[in-house]
Amino acid sequence: MPPTPRHHALSTATPRIPLHRFHGGLHLEGHKAVSTQDPILRLPLPERLILPLRQHIGEAAEPLVKPGERVFKGQILARGGSFVSAALHAPTSGRVAAIGDYPVPHPSGLSAHCIVLECDGEDDWGEHRLPPIEDHHDLDPVRLRARVREAGIVGMGGAAFPTAVKLAPRGEQRIHTLILNGAECEPYISCDDMLMREHATQVIEGAKILRHALKPERCLIGIEDDKPQAIAALRAALAGPEYNDANTDEEIDGIRIVPLPAHYPTGGERQLIYVLTGLEVPAQGLPADVGVVCQNVGTAAAVYRAVTLGEPLISRIVTVTGGGIAHPRNVEVPLGTPVATLVEAAGGYTHQVSRLILGGPMMGFTIASDEVPIVKGSNCVLAVTADELPARGPTLPCIRCGECVRVCPADLLPQQLYWYARAQDFDQAQNHHLFACIECGCCAYVCPSNIPLVQYFRFAKNEIWSQERERHKSDLARRRHEFRQERMAREEREKAERLAKKKAALETAPAGADEDPKKAAIQAALERVRARKAADEGGETPTDAGDAGRTHQD
Amino acid sequence: MRFPTVTSPHLTPPHSVGRVMTQVILALIPATIAATWYFGWGVLINIGIAVTTALACEAVMLTLRRRPLPPALGDLSAVVAAWLFALTLPPLVPWWIAVIGIAFAMVFAKHLYGGLGYNPFNPAMVGFVVVLLSFPRELSLWTIPAVLAEQRLGFTDYLNAIFLGHLPAGLTWDALTSATPLDRVRTELGMNRTLDEIRENPFFGDFSGRGWEWVGNWYLLGGLWLAYRRVIDWRIPLAVLLSLCALAAAFHLFDPGRFASPAFHLFSGAAIVGAFFIATDPVTASTTPRGRLIYGAGIGVLIYVIRTWGGYAEGVAFAVLLMNMAAPTIDHYTRPRVFGTRRGERDAP
Ligand code: SF4
Ligand code: SF4
Repeated sequence: MPPTPRHHALSTATPRIPLHRFHGGLHLEGHKAVSTQDPILRLPLPERLILPLRQHIGEAAEPLVKPGERVFKGQILARGGSFVSAALHAPTSGRVAAIGDYPVPHPSGLSAHCIVLECDGEDDWGEHRLPPIEDHHDLDPVRLRARVREAGIVGMGGAAFPTAVKLAPRGEQRIHTLILNGAECEPYISCDDMLMREHATQVIEGAKILRHALKPERCLIGIEDDKPQAIAALRAALAGPEYNDANTDEEIDGIRIVPLPAHYPTGGERQLIYVLTGLEVPAQGLPADVGVVCQNVGTAAAVYRAVTLGEPLISRIVTVTGGGIAHPRNVEVPLGTPVATLVEAAGGYTHQVSRLILGGPMMGFTIASDEVPIVKGSNCVLAVTADELPARGPTLPCIRCGECVRVCPADLLPQQLYWYARAQDFDQAQNHHLFACIECGCCAYVCPSNIPLVQYFRFAKNEIWSQERERHKSDLARRRHEFRQERMAREEREKAERLAKKKAALETAPAGADEDPKKAAIQAALERVRARKAADEGGETPTDAGDAGRTHQD
Repeated sequence: MRFPTVTSPHLTPPHSVGRVMTQVILALIPATIAATWYFGWGVLINIGIAVTTALACEAVMLTLRRRPLPPALGDLSAVVAAWLFALTLPPLVPWWIAVIGIAFAMVFAKHLYGGLGYNPFNPAMVGFVVVLLSFPRELSLWTIPAVLAEQRLGFTDYLNAIFLGHLPAGLTWDALTSATPLDRVRTELGMNRTLDEIRENPFFGDFSGRGWEWVGNWYLLGGLWLAYRRVIDWRIPLAVLLSLCALAAAFHLFDPGRFASPAFHLFSGAAIVGAFFIATDPVTASTTPRGRLIYGAGIGVLIYVIRTWGGYAEGVAFAVLLMNMAAPTIDHYTRPRVFGTRRGERDAP
């Protein structure tokens, strides 16, 4: 039986680009209006900023400053360790108070390496703005990528994947579509909405910069239709205020603003690409594999600021909301600001607050303390009451009802994956495409048995990754050992050969008096040098292999 | 400030097992009332006996397995299984038959496999098959539907009959009971009568036996409501009934004298309750969307085959149990294509 067709074009009165519907997903109540009543509030500088060295997916950044050092705003504090990493800059001027382990916003609740910055209140850039790029309407991709990397820009939608990596070409594949993700499908979160309303020009200009560099055939900005003000603001920024026909997605300047039906998780990268283009990003690949680059609208704005104003990524907009917050709103804060400061700015907690979540109610994680800092990927601080999001009931056995199958946007069989994850049968889990799971939480949300499915999937993925790493390590050790054996054998052999040669030379020397003994000695010395060099060169290989675990591609 | 930590998602689920089971019970109520009206108080008394026994067995087994009682007892799955089991029993069946059947179902078909969610076979049908094989005579004695009966028993008469085996003075079992429509057709076809002759008997109504066809309608109503509420997947009942009707229609057209019409098959015996309430038991059914179609179609075909050529007049229980056995295999071969993958591809971490 052929797979059910996935292409249902939505028909509307006016011609628009055809939209596609992915399987499953959920209709969730938005709860967004509470936090969009007031404009974005810029918070005053706190006394201290805590800057984790790893605010992104990939390797931690490597510190370039020492405790006690004075730094300017925008000064680089740590550089991206490897290809998949991101630099870190001082959000304001001050003194590096310490470098050490502090609690960070991570589901594990553990501490990690951070730079602590004592702010001096001057907010002084010194000489540390990156040189603004004038001709940004004709930036070449290499330069754009370098700037994005320099500015430490990562995906602002929550995943915090280094943007430069996403802009890197993938083999021969040409980029034909650039997508800006303004879907913001998860309930409660409204920071992208507010960004688009208040800084529409930055988003549109960012889109233009990316477009000029990537030269795609088209650029689509996807926004869920529960954000009419954001859509109107972007339209105005794109085509002037008189252009406000909400019923069209007409292309202007190569850019189309496409309202999307609100449906969780439309904002998931793979889902959004599918909705807008009908293309499926391979489960093991990147959007560039199908000729698409997808960036969050916040990322586009950050690119604009890095290119035209020379500002690295040092602040972000965060939604502070939920029934546990007295006055929900959006705030713009320097990275490293403690969550508690944001909560205070939003009127503090209400009495009924029961849980603190970083991110949204579907994919966010709870944090035990509000002392942890805001990082590049923090889009929302959600403080909820027990009435609002009651604690889940006791977990019952899976009754195989198939609800999870019905809602899974990745077309997985979550109940089957759960079975394998629980039995630690990771082989079967991989056969069932565990790694295609985007951890959207739809399955766990509908499960009548209250099974924390996503937790099981994360556990299984982590186990498989660590097994993989172990295997890699032992492979490496084995290779190193084999190489050492080989080198020793070779050295033995060469030594024996040299001895034999010497002996032969000695034996023939008296006979061949015409041979210059000096020449022979030089020859022998050269021989030795060559042999040692060969040995040394070989000896370096294991160290290289040791680094091969990282991804050196750039 | 300190806060408790839990895993995502944080939105609370709209469903719970208890809620699902409650809706199934609600959907069974119209048909239960209809059955009580047509076949007597024995229907309700059987449900009472079966439900009590099921809950008692569940409690005992949970205690023996050292599991906490409240979540498992509160999920109502035992009540649903017992209710369905009771509805398959003739209303005048002695009490101990109901007890044996449902106790076997709970202990052997459910808890010894690990409890709810782990049982490969539908417990209600296991219980029914056990008593059908052990007590075939008792299981064939259905009360005559109200529309035809000259004598109607009161509630206490039923209690006396079921618990003590006493009938009111002057009444015999024969006067109160008769075979089911399927049994009757089967026996009389065996005596070389044609369907038209058989159906002349006032016992038969428009489609099937009088009374029977009406109870079937109420099951249909409850089942459609469940499908509408998405408590059950429409695919399974649709596939069961379509395949049953398709086969019946084909053979009926071929020889209307020997093969009953699709409508007769649909409204006789347990076809509708089986399609909507029994085959849809999620634990023992297939879970993939395509698998559910295949699973349902398999049940429909088997019902027809058993009814027409098998050793029993009714085949729903056997058909469901046989397809229960096939469900894991069906699931394996009907996995949906995962987003962003090609069939047969495997993940690399
Ligand atoms: S939703 Fe929960 S109970 Fe239903 S099949 Fe999936 S895991 Fe099992
Ligand atoms: S969390 Fe994974 S398995 Fe569950 S619905 Fe989302 S993609 Fe599917």
